[in-house]
Amino acid sequence: MKNRNLWKIAGRAVLVATALVASASLIRAEEPIKIGMGMAQTGPLAGSGKSAILSMNIWVEDTNAKGGLLGRPVKLIYYDDQSNPANVPSIYTKLIDVDKVDLIVSGYATPIIAAAMPIAMQHNMVLMGLFGLADNARFHYDKYFGIAPIGENPSQSSTKPIFDLAMKLNPKPKTVAVITPELEFGHSVLEGVRQNAKELGLTVVYDRTFPPATTDLTTVVREVQASHPDLVVVGTQPGQTIGAVRAVSEVGLKAMMIGGAMTGLQTSPTETLLGPQLNGFVNFNYWLPSPKMQYPGVMEFLGKYQARAEKEGVDPLGYYIGPWAYADLQILAQAVEATKSLDGAKLGPYIHATNFKTVVGDVKFGPGGEWEKPRILMAQFQHVSGNDIAQFRGSDKLVVVDPPEYKAGDMIYPFQDARQ
Amino acid sequence: MTITFELLANSLLAGLLLGGFYAALSAGATIAFGLLEIVNIAHPTFAVMGAYAVYLLNRHLHLDPLIGGLVLTPIFYLLGTLLYQIYHHAFERRSEEAMQGLAFFFGLMFIAEVVLIIIFGVDFRYVNTSYITTTWQFGDIGLPLRLAVPFLGSLALLGVLELGLRRSFTGRAIIAVAEDPLALRLMGTSPVRIKRIAFGIAIATTAVVGALLVIIQPLQPAGGREFIGRVFAICVLGGMGSISGTLIAAVFLGVVENMTSIFLGASWSPAVAFGLLLITLAVRPRGLLGR
Repeated sequence: MKNRNLWKIAGRAVLVATALVASASLIRAEEPIKIGMGMAQTGPLAGSGKSAILSMNIWVEDTNAKGGLLGRPVKLIYYDDQSNPANVPSIYTKLIDVDKVDLIVSGYATPIIAAAMPIAMQHNMVLMGLFGLADNARFHYDKYFGIAPIGENPSQSSTKPIFDLAMKLNPKPKTVAVITPELEFGHSVLEGVRQNAKELGLTVVYDRTFPPATTDLTTVVREVQASHPDLVVVGTQPGQTIGAVRAVSEVGLKAMMIGGAMTGLQTSPTETLLGPQLNGFVNFNYWLPSPKMQYPGVMEFLGKYQARAEKEGVDPLGYYIGPWAYADLQILAQAVEATKSLDGAKLGPYIHATNFKTVVGDVKFGPGGEWEKPRILMAQFQHVSGNDIAQFRGSDKLVVVDPPEYKAGDMIYPFQDARQ
Repeated sequence: MTITFELLANSLLAGLLLGGFYAALSAGATIAFGLLEIVNIAHPTFAVMGAYAVYLLNRHLHLDPLIGGLVLTPIFYLLGTLLYQIYHHAFERRSEEAMQGLAFFFGLMFIAEVVLIIIFGVDFRYVNTSYITTTWQFGDIGLPLRLAVPFLGSLALLGVLELGLRRSFTGRAIIAVAEDPLALRLMGTSPVRIKRIAFGIAIATTAVVGALLVIIQPLQPAGGREFIGRVFAICVLGGMGSISGTLIAAVFLGVVENMTSIFLGASWSPAVAFGLLLITLAVRPRGLLGR
């Protein structure tokens, strides 16, 4: 009798335990995988930050439509970092400790990524960095991966493409000037210019920085004019870029080539603002809709992005950050699916070892977490007329002139010839 | 870098033109801060609001920015009087204007920025007029109309303010309210009413200044913050409440910034300009034309 009761109790216990395990795994299966980040929705970086969020939301919708990740739906959790690195540590602490996110990605641009890095390291989590410049140079974190095709020597390679192109000109330039603000970003540009110039035997004739809040840059550009450089490298952030383009036009700066690292010229609001004043500027781009960059899925993604961009008040074309923010999550997702894990210790080595297929092409990371091989495009504004946005949709007004494997047209030089 | 006559003359001109704009931006703050003792830290943000309103008029009605600024002046005047009324009832009447009033305008600044972000988004906004991209060349000297037109607009604004303060009864009453409100009351004029009008005028100037700002550079909601330090430095340097002092101080600051840029580098400009401000105040604590 006693034995029979014991068996009954044991049987019920097994049933209850099985039901509990089953319901727990059912709940687990329905519980979304949470991806957290801080992203600029206000402040000077918000233009790109909002574009990035739209792109990532499109990726979430695409992924959930295909059944999610590891059979679970995916959810983004993001907070506005106000373009201020000081807000970043508390945002990521909240994401990890309160929201219990499973994965993290960075907000937009170098100082924001740098501020998130210690938190990621503390929790041993993979951090995908969106458009950072040399963020891992000091940390050497083995689970950081930079989504920007700038290579393993970022501070030099951000300006190297303009030197590579300049050295193909005839005659070759002998002197170089730099226009860049008194910021960490500016110093990184300066360092790159000095290093490249030294290696190529060019003389740096002007390398003064200017305060970031300078209202008018005509005096700085006139100082550059008085230095008579052959090559002018401009490394500026969006507001300063507009000021620099206008000042170059007003001063009538003459050189063989002007441009290089001007952030903001990749977005259509800035392109339509400046219109013909852009003619002649040669600048970096990471992706453009030229025939040689039609990677699988990229135009389909841009179609979805552009259909929603105006309503969401972001860059209508989305060529700058859109595909990269999407690829950022594509890489993370491919790693999660392949390792069947959300654990940084498994994801990090896998991402290091794998060649990923994304909307921005094949991505392979080097030991430092940046792209193994840089792929920075140099493109020149040519024959821009008026301020109509439609002219910037194609690839004939912003022509890829270097590197040769992506080249779509010849560069017009000296600079003043491209402005006629 | 070779320092040539061309470089010096053009930089001097750029400093002069930019100084004119700084003067217009500071004029309203001079009235509020120098005459009414209201530390309106949001003053440059009101100019940014004015610039966005001018942008709307330019975009939808194709109004030239300068005309747009003038059209908006009465609306901004009314906004200023309303704000003063709130400020007076909430803080000034209770003699709590010092810290709480400052916090009030700080709060206003942040609210205004958020409202601008909600309405206009975060992308740069701009106006298109033919003169923004035109530069007149006089030999080696280039005169960019992007800076010259705002300079002339600034001079006109400062002239009207100076004349209004010196020649009209209300203008004299505004100056009087700063010096002796009791005497004003004994003459049968309400200091609160005069202060309301004066603050209305101070905010009304930001509509015109907004028009000048959007000609000089594209707009973004937080753009006003860049000018706060400069505006209050000019108010103090010019002599609290002096319109002509404001013009001299602003041009001085603009020229010093540009000359420093040539001889030492642009990074030194703020340090040298504000260093000179401190030296000037040590020698002349009331500012250049302060009473």
